[in-house]
Amino acid sequence: MEKILSVENLHVSFYSDGGEIAAVRGVSFDVNKGETLAIVGESGSGKSVTAKTLMKLLPKQNSIIKQGDVKYGGKNLVQLTNRDMEKLRGSEISMVFQDPMTSLNPTMTIGKQVMEGLKRHRTMSKKTAYTRTVELLELVGIPDPGERINQYPHQFSGGMRQRVVIAMALACNPKMLIADEPTTALDVTIQAQILELMKELQKKFQTAIILITHDLGVVANMAQRVAVMYAGEIMESGTLDEIFYQPKHPYTWGLLSSMPKLHADRSLPLTPIPGTPPDLSHLPEGCPFAPRCQYALKVCHQYEPGKTKVSTTHTVSCWLEDERAPKVKKPEGIGGMQRGRQSKIAGS
Amino acid sequence: MRNYFLSRLGYMLVTLLIIVTATFFFMQLLPGTPFNNPEKLTEQQLLSLNEKYGLDKPIALQYFIYLGNLLQFDLGLSFQYEGRTVESIIGSRIGPSALIGLQAVVFGTAAGLLLGMISALKHNSFLDYTSVFIAVLGMSVPSFVFAALMQYYLGVKLQWLPAALWRGWEYTIMPSLALSVMVIATVARFIRTEMLEVLGQDYVVTARAKGLTEKAVIVKHVVRNALIPVVTMLGPLTVGIMTGTLVIEKIFAVPGLGEQFTLSIMVNDYSVIMGITLFYSSLFILVVMIVDILYGVLDPRISLKGEG
Ligand SMILES: Nc1ncnc2c1ncn2[C@@H]1O[C@H](COP(=O)(O)OP(=O)(O)O)[C@@H](O)[C@H]1O
Ligand code: SF4
Ligand SMILES: [Mg+2]
Repeated sequence: MEKILSVENLHVSFYSDGGEIAAVRGVSFDVNKGETLAIVGESGSGKSVTAKTLMKLLPKQNSIIKQGDVKYGGKNLVQLTNRDMEKLRGSEISMVFQDPMTSLNPTMTIGKQVMEGLKRHRTMSKKTAYTRTVELLELVGIPDPGERINQYPHQFSGGMRQRVVIAMALACNPKMLIADEPTTALDVTIQAQILELMKELQKKFQTAIILITHDLGVVANMAQRVAVMYAGEIMESGTLDEIFYQPKHPYTWGLLSSMPKLHADRSLPLTPIPGTPPDLSHLPEGCPFAPRCQYALKVCHQYEPGKTKVSTTHTVSCWLEDERAPKVKKPEGIGGMQRGRQSKIAGS
Repeated sequence: MRNYFLSRLGYMLVTLLIIVTATFFFMQLLPGTPFNNPEKLTEQQLLSLNEKYGLDKPIALQYFIYLGNLLQFDLGLSFQYEGRTVESIIGSRIGPSALIGLQAVVFGTAAGLLLGMISALKHNSFLDYTSVFIAVLGMSVPSFVFAALMQYYLGVKLQWLPAALWRGWEYTIMPSLALSVMVIATVARFIRTEMLEVLGQDYVVTARAKGLTEKAVIVKHVVRNALIPVVTMLGPLTVGIMTGTLVIEKIFAVPGLGEQFTLSIMVNDYSVIMGITLFYSSLFILVVMIVDILYGVLDPRISLKGEG
């Protein structure tokens, strides 16, 4: 496997009137060529901030990368100048955003918006750029691309707009695509279509994808590897099977049991994790999940757990993995079953 | 599209009719008579004058006669200037007002845009605070204060510019500047708010994510979208300029429409007051219509076909 991006010990903070918000705290992961890494976690866990940091798209006024490296193609993106970063954005690393209703410029034709990236990064004549844009729109499944190219975003449905955004992101054949909740704002059927499109294009172009989502069903359908994020940290990471069949972290257990199961009794309510994520400007000592964790030990409230390697690909941050900890059995019904959803999504 | 214009035209005419009616009847409440030295006129003279101008007829009849004349673009005769039509008075006075008004709008808009954009791009910096301060000052201090200050310092003390009168282009500078203060302030505040709003939009992040240079992002995505709503300022600005000229032209002795208007009000020259009021209203209504059309052209989300 060829590693193309590697994030090491990333710390990102915001400054507000209420003090420092430590949104990302020591995040590390790698992305391999052509694979999909899913980052999952509840809202507010720092997924979008991580994604924007990789693209260096954080608001300059109030954010700071405090520590860490983002290595890509022999360069450390954290240290890259603005100008060099601009050359990378859209040509090597692209991004697809959550809300297609707001992520397109309402007063510019979609053709112009797609072409803009092409013209910026590739030297080509106007005519070639135009032809290539029509091709791209066709590629992402927009009917009548020759005509649609001159229309404005408000003339497109949400799903079609997201296809445009994907066309824009893939215009220059990037090696890596960061998709931040690309289907959250869409209907379920449209969601499945967009995910299918992304998979298909990934196969075609060998693009690596970082897929950010809070939907484990999407993860099961798309990813080869998974990182579970909570309160700005990665709590557990591993292959899809490791996270779904042998999850080790109580937070992962919580996420899995709050996910709808295909074969389970639909009338039973989902069991979301009780409690709310901690305030990132006043983090408790110890494990950030401790206040909500039903397995919390005394030590959990005082010291942060270290990383334990369960296998070469599977890492967990939890005191339960310490050899002195009492043995805890993962709750019944977690793992395995959930992957049933995969066929549901693919088939819908 | 045609239906749209026709219905717009209809609305315009109805609005004008309401304005004519209201002005006509309010005018009856003005104290005094429109004649010079009425106390020296004999009963007989007054009667014949009233008859000459049709003031002896019942108010309602006078109103319909006025409307009838108006339909033939006849605004009547002035009371103050013997034998001159209102149209010719407006025609001879509009030039200077239009010149200083246009200069104020063009310069004020350009300066206001520059100030407001810098302010937004350097949000929360010293520059931003300074320009916000200038804008607040320009909006809250009446223009005649600036006019008087300029006249005294630039005109009388330093003698850089002529202090008053109308004898060449340099005489237009100070009146235009005085009028433009309000324009600068209004436009600066407006574009600053618009720019900040657009800068926070998701599509600006999308534009950056494409790798566009910061300059391209600002020019092609931010400024363009922030400028579109600025055309809506044309209406209020026209009103501001019109009311501004009433005082400014007096201060700098500019022989414009505003100066004529204040003069006519002073001597109860009914027909001229009516004429100028109608002229101002028509101009404003016209500008509002142009703004709507312009907005439809600039913003693809608004389609003129769907309306009216
Ligand atoms: N522009 C910002 N200014 C201040 N705080 C921010 C900003 N963006 C994100 N945050 C904070 O960072 C935390 C993580 O946010 P985010 O990465 O958007 O979460 P998510 O996992 O839902 O994508 C949130 O608690 C939020 O308060
Ligand atoms: S470290 Fe302790 S509190 Fe944190 S998840 Fe593990 S058991 Fe729960
Ligand atoms: Mg997010």
